[in-house]
Amino acid sequence: MTEKTEGKSQGPRTLFEKVWDAHVVRPETPETPAVLYVDLHLMHEVTSPQAFSTLRERGVKVRRPDRTLATTDHSTPTLPRLPDGRWPFFDAQNAAQVAQIEQNAKDFGIELHGLGDPQQGVVHVFGPEMGATQPGMTVVCGDSHTATHGAFGALAFGIGTSEVGHVLATQCLLQRKARSLAIRVEGSLAKGVSAKDLVLAIIAQIGVGGGTGHVMEFVGPAVRGLTMEGRMTLCNMAIEGGARAGLVAPDDATFQWLAGKPRAPKGAAWDAAVAQWRKLPSDAGARYDREVTVDVSRLEPMITFGTNPAQGIPVTGVIPDPAAAKDAAARATLEGALRYMALAPGKPILGQKVDVVFVGSCTNGRLEDLREAARVMKGRKVRTRTLVVAGSHAVKKAAEAEGLDRIFKDAGAEWREPGCSMCLAMNGDMLQPGQYCVSTSNRNFEGRQGPGGRTLLASPATAAAAAVSGAVADPRRLVEG
Amino acid sequence: MDPIKVIESCTVVLPRENIDTDQIIPGRFLKVTDKQGLGKGLFCDWRFEKDGTTPKADFVLNRPEAKGCAILVAGDNFGCGSSREHAPWALTDYGFRAVISTRIADIFRNNALKNGLVPIVLDPVAHAKLVAAPGASVRVDLGTQTVTLPDGSAASFPIDGFSKYCLMNGVDELGFLLSQEEAIATFEAQR
Repeated sequence: MTEKTEGKSQGPRTLFEKVWDAHVVRPETPETPAVLYVDLHLMHEVTSPQAFSTLRERGVKVRRPDRTLATTDHSTPTLPRLPDGRWPFFDAQNAAQVAQIEQNAKDFGIELHGLGDPQQGVVHVFGPEMGATQPGMTVVCGDSHTATHGAFGALAFGIGTSEVGHVLATQCLLQRKARSLAIRVEGSLAKGVSAKDLVLAIIAQIGVGGGTGHVMEFVGPAVRGLTMEGRMTLCNMAIEGGARAGLVAPDDATFQWLAGKPRAPKGAAWDAAVAQWRKLPSDAGARYDREVTVDVSRLEPMITFGTNPAQGIPVTGVIPDPAAAKDAAARATLEGALRYMALAPGKPILGQKVDVVFVGSCTNGRLEDLREAARVMKGRKVRTRTLVVAGSHAVKKAAEAEGLDRIFKDAGAEWREPGCSMCLAMNGDMLQPGQYCVSTSNRNFEGRQGPGGRTLLASPATAAAAAVSGAVADPRRLVEG
Repeated sequence: MDPIKVIESCTVVLPRENIDTDQIIPGRFLKVTDKQGLGKGLFCDWRFEKDGTTPKADFVLNRPEAKGCAILVAGDNFGCGSSREHAPWALTDYGFRAVISTRIADIFRNNALKNGLVPIVLDPVAHAKLVAAPGASVRVDLGTQTVTLPDGSAASFPIDGFSKYCLMNGVDELGFLLSQEEAIATFEAQR
């Protein structure tokens, strides 16, 4: 057992404990939570306006504008700027929300990479690209997918708007330390199986509430073998398993990815930082509060059929039968999901008609994801409406430099401007009621992509396979080796 | 924020599991820049027909007996998904003061505590008694951390001591954090 002295862990420590310990301003007691210091506060337009209102009401300034970094992504259009210089916002509310963060950034001295800025992008794509997210940091944002940044060995978690205000005012949060959960990934991923398939399989195993109260650390050789993009996809969806945060220990892949990014340390400071970062991985003998093992040696591409991210099956699988559910509550949940999705139990998911395909989001909107989708779409024509939305302008530019945009456009897909887009349909990119969408995003909740819309979550390759097939398809049959 | 010590109210029972914050308040209601009036979007796609205004007669909140009830009893893992604080804003604007489940998602729980919405996790047996008695009169006593069940028995629930203090005294955490300025400055200087 680890014993706590003044809030610090003793003996062999996990990555989580090391990062936690290094940020405790005031240890937790039975009476009060810990005061935890925040290194990086990322911000977007949806969850910040009311926090600035609180600061104004109380006459409080932003304590550390230099530790605050903002972009716009949720309410922004994914169509290009109009010839007259205006942005084609879906409605006046979207425009007002974007205008509000521009005003707030100006009034409080915060660096904003908004519309028109070459760095603008989905906040969890943009932060790492800026080199702002670094190993060992604490990173927060008023957004549940802040878990993404855990891919760098940063303790990163989503907060509400009240807490956004707390961080703006004090650079700190009141926090009770979460429990630790090791997700041990055994075996290696087969060809054609991606990080998205892995995380959908993990969530299917532990359930959408399985990680509640925990910080998940993903360990094992299959995790080490993932690229940084893959690790971001994995950590991004830790929240869909209910976890507070996801973590992957930093290694050479992390350092190589970060080197040279705008906010990464340079020269001697870089060497010193890497030396510190190498001390972050969990010590041999460190204890986790819980451990779960996931064997991925036979994992296939995954897809969801229901209305929560744990309702996933192999793409070659059949839709589960509620009659076989373990109890009445599980049966009711499954029945409700199938009713909403209008899918019949016992039927294969392969061949299910698809109306729309969305490739993008903070889960799968990075260059590697677009390459995967392009590999499948190359030389083929899409048979559904297909939106391809790069996660950021940097991703878009890099994709265009290697000709991915041509592949998408030649296939008949829409190559759009960066943003959250159809992941949560706030900006007008949305499904019509009843439509089926294979989406590379993170949530298949009822109406998430538009009221009445039906979402099937999958990897970029599986989404692209659906686009060119007009139905759920196995991407492994469409690409060679 | 008004102090909360005791809540006595009828219950609304929504026994579905994994009610996510997209159901509590759909994304299209997140375009606001203030927190007022979000109750109109609460459970919007469950409460209303496709036109967004015609109430669905069979949805529990639209039944006459649900009117004025301040306690929502929900299935396991309530509030999962998005971190949107608009979810507790919508629930409190509608009139709810407590949510009872067998598990409540972390971020939602944190957000609820900051908005005068008491997140209550009960053991499955006690929870089942509430689910079996929709509309029952229930008393939540924050001081003793107990819920009086329809059969007259009391079930206890955990709550962080500091959050409880804030709820019972109607104070928020920001004041406490601002009072830590010296410790924060020292921490920054020593790094």
